[in-house]
Amino acid sequence: MQHTIAHLKRGEKGIITDVSSALIPLKLLEMGCLPGNLVELVQVAPFSDPLYLNINGSHLAIRKETAIHILIDRIDE
Amino acid sequence: MSKQINVALIGNPNTGKTSVFNALTGLNQQVGNYPGITVEKKEGICKLPRGLKAHIIDLPGTYSLNASSLDENVVIELLLNRNDKDFPDVAVVVSDVENLKRNLLLFTQIKDLEIPCLLIVNMADRMRRKGITLDIEYLEQQLETKIAVISTRKNEGIDNLKQQIINYKELSVKPCLNASTIDDEYFSRLRKAFPNQLLYKLWLVITQDVNFGKTNRKDFDAIASFKTKSKGDLKRLQQKETIKRYQFINNVLKKGQTIDASQATDVRAKLDRILTHKVWGYLIFFLILLTIFQAIYDWSSIPMDWIDSSFASLSNWVKSTFPGGGKVTDLIAEGIISGLGGIIIFIPQIAFLFLFIAILEESGYMSRVVFLMDRIMRRFGLSGKSIVPLISGTACAIPAIMATRNIENWKERLITILVTPFTTCAARLPVYLIIISLVIPEGKILGFISYKALTLMLLYLIGFGAAVGSAWILNKILKIKSKTFFVVEMPNYKVPLLKNVALTVLEKTKAFIFGAGKIILAISIVLWVLASYGPGEQFNNAESIVTEQYAQDNLTVDELDHKIASHKLEYSFIGITGRAIEPAIRPLGYDWKIGVALISSFAAREVFVGTLATIYSVGSDDEETIKNRMAGEVNPILGGPLFNFASGISLLLFYAFAMQCMSTLAIVKKETNTWKWPVYQFTIMTAIAYIVALIAFQFLK
Repeated sequence: MQHTIAHLKRGEKGIITDVSSALIPLKLLEMGCLPGNLVELVQVAPFSDPLYLNINGSHLAIRKETAIHILIDRIDE
Repeated sequence: MSKQINVALIGNPNTGKTSVFNALTGLNQQVGNYPGITVEKKEGICKLPRGLKAHIIDLPGTYSLNASSLDENVVIELLLNRNDKDFPDVAVVVSDVENLKRNLLLFTQIKDLEIPCLLIVNMADRMRRKGITLDIEYLEQQLETKIAVISTRKNEGIDNLKQQIINYKELSVKPCLNASTIDDEYFSRLRKAFPNQLLYKLWLVITQDVNFGKTNRKDFDAIASFKTKSKGDLKRLQQKETIKRYQFINNVLKKGQTIDASQATDVRAKLDRILTHKVWGYLIFFLILLTIFQAIYDWSSIPMDWIDSSFASLSNWVKSTFPGGGKVTDLIAEGIISGLGGIIIFIPQIAFLFLFIAILEESGYMSRVVFLMDRIMRRFGLSGKSIVPLISGTACAIPAIMATRNIENWKERLITILVTPFTTCAARLPVYLIIISLVIPEGKILGFISYKALTLMLLYLIGFGAAVGSAWILNKILKIKSKTFFVVEMPNYKVPLLKNVALTVLEKTKAFIFGAGKIILAISIVLWVLASYGPGEQFNNAESIVTEQYAQDNLTVDELDHKIASHKLEYSFIGITGRAIEPAIRPLGYDWKIGVALISSFAAREVFVGTLATIYSVGSDDEETIKNRMAGEVNPILGGPLFNFASGISLLLFYAFAMQCMSTLAIVKKETNTWKWPVYQFTIMTAIAYIVALIAFQFLK
């Protein structure tokens, strides 16, 4: 199964493999959400949305509806 | 005499750009608006060594030159227009040592515009704590620039920065990478079509929706129509461009920056765990709100009482010192001073509100609240980001509505704009405070929460409830399809800089007082004139009519004077207007004097107290505060005090719901670009106010 950021649990990490440019705003890409970059799920808000991420050193929060469009390879530690 | 150096400060949000601006300009700064739009324009003068001066513009924060909001557009428009009088001689890009990678994206874009460019690495004081070291020489060489490492917190490196600004002519204007390789064929065609224009500028004009004044409209239209690619293709190219820039930046930083993670101590993670916790997070947020209300009600009452009584004695002093002044003395004492007192009395509360909001923003806490509230707010058709406008709305709806700009989704943004005026803004506060002090009894619940404070808190909750409730309804009614998307940066926690907070509070309070002050002063004078003159027999012969009427009553001179004054007021222009609308407001429990105050406060709520002050002080010689005068008013219909529990509550509720602020309506028009929304807003809110106040009075009387 193809994983997305929405599949991560708190503290887990992954490498972004693909970002669907039609569905993801440019701004998010500019903040570092690009293929090849490391992403970590730092914190999940109450009611399990939005997600607080560390992408390539940038700390930002996005909603689940956006997170499901960012594909990743999960890193198991 | 050398000319002033034009400096533009550019950078991502949360890089401490404003701290740099404050460090350079100090109090030599002013805030205005860009012509025609409501984007705040901050500029200031910085004295440089050797008698030079720099004119500094603090541009709105942006992540890149691909604008997605009005604020960000301002940056591009300035940088692309060499004829603009503010076009920078040197662009100073502010970056934060911990987010260098992301900050450099914007830097590489600006370099492509071939403007002399200086890079500031701010927050150097955090470097050791985070285990970061930079190879400045290597970075300067790779990025084709000079770097100023500074710490605005420790006030280090500022002199060096000024020196580097003076030497701006030595800065390279060479781009640091060649972005056109993402599609060689397309860009070479573009170059051929417009050989005299800068390639990157062309690219920006094609991809952005930029509005360039009238001067070079034609040129740009020609470029913008050069669209041999579809929107989707352009977006893919922009994505490629971003990736290309990041590749370059990653490579440069691999050598130029070393991060020893073992040295880093992470306060952030610990704080995040508590502040965004599902229980503690909300509890802490609630406690912070409670503290803010406590400050507004309790702490600011001391300076407010003082201001109130000072103005009463000032007015009296003017009257007794210049008794021969006649009408002029009266105008100053009764019109202007009373009116001014009505606005100056706000200062403590507004300052407190802006103080708290500035601290919450500066510390990075506000983003956590956005994160915490997003899910809940979304149920009501709002965004987590609506929290910022709703909280700032407790200070003033105008900056609050401007703060909705960073809500990406248009429907969520529109709803936020429409409901924000329900939140209890500072202008409602004096109305609330004076009525609460008149009609709510002394006494405490549980021994420490006074009835008065509780009433105030309830009014805030009603305002907030009305905002959220109407948002829920609007969300159901409005059929607007817009792409949802939500990104919020979670900045580092910082201890707020005293200087930044103080300047923000000073500047916002000043803007509010002067903005509202002008209206209030004008209205006070008009009201005084309308209250001091009148048509016909009843007004002009008031003296003889009243004297005759009470001829048998053996009144003292004072009592008689008072009767004459009331009679005159009742038949003055203002009295006539007030009595004309009295039938409409009598069911709400108001008399014609309150009616006058209601009419005048449709311009701005805060005029209410000033108006009553002006009306009541006309013809009275006693040194008395507005409050005492209001308490002494008698209800002409029911007898007893005019401001009793029923009419007081009715009035409080009217002010809680009514849309009485012309400036807010003007801002809503600007932000939504149509009169449709402000007209709806005004009609519906005022209707709700009338109905609620009517029900309240009829039940309570």
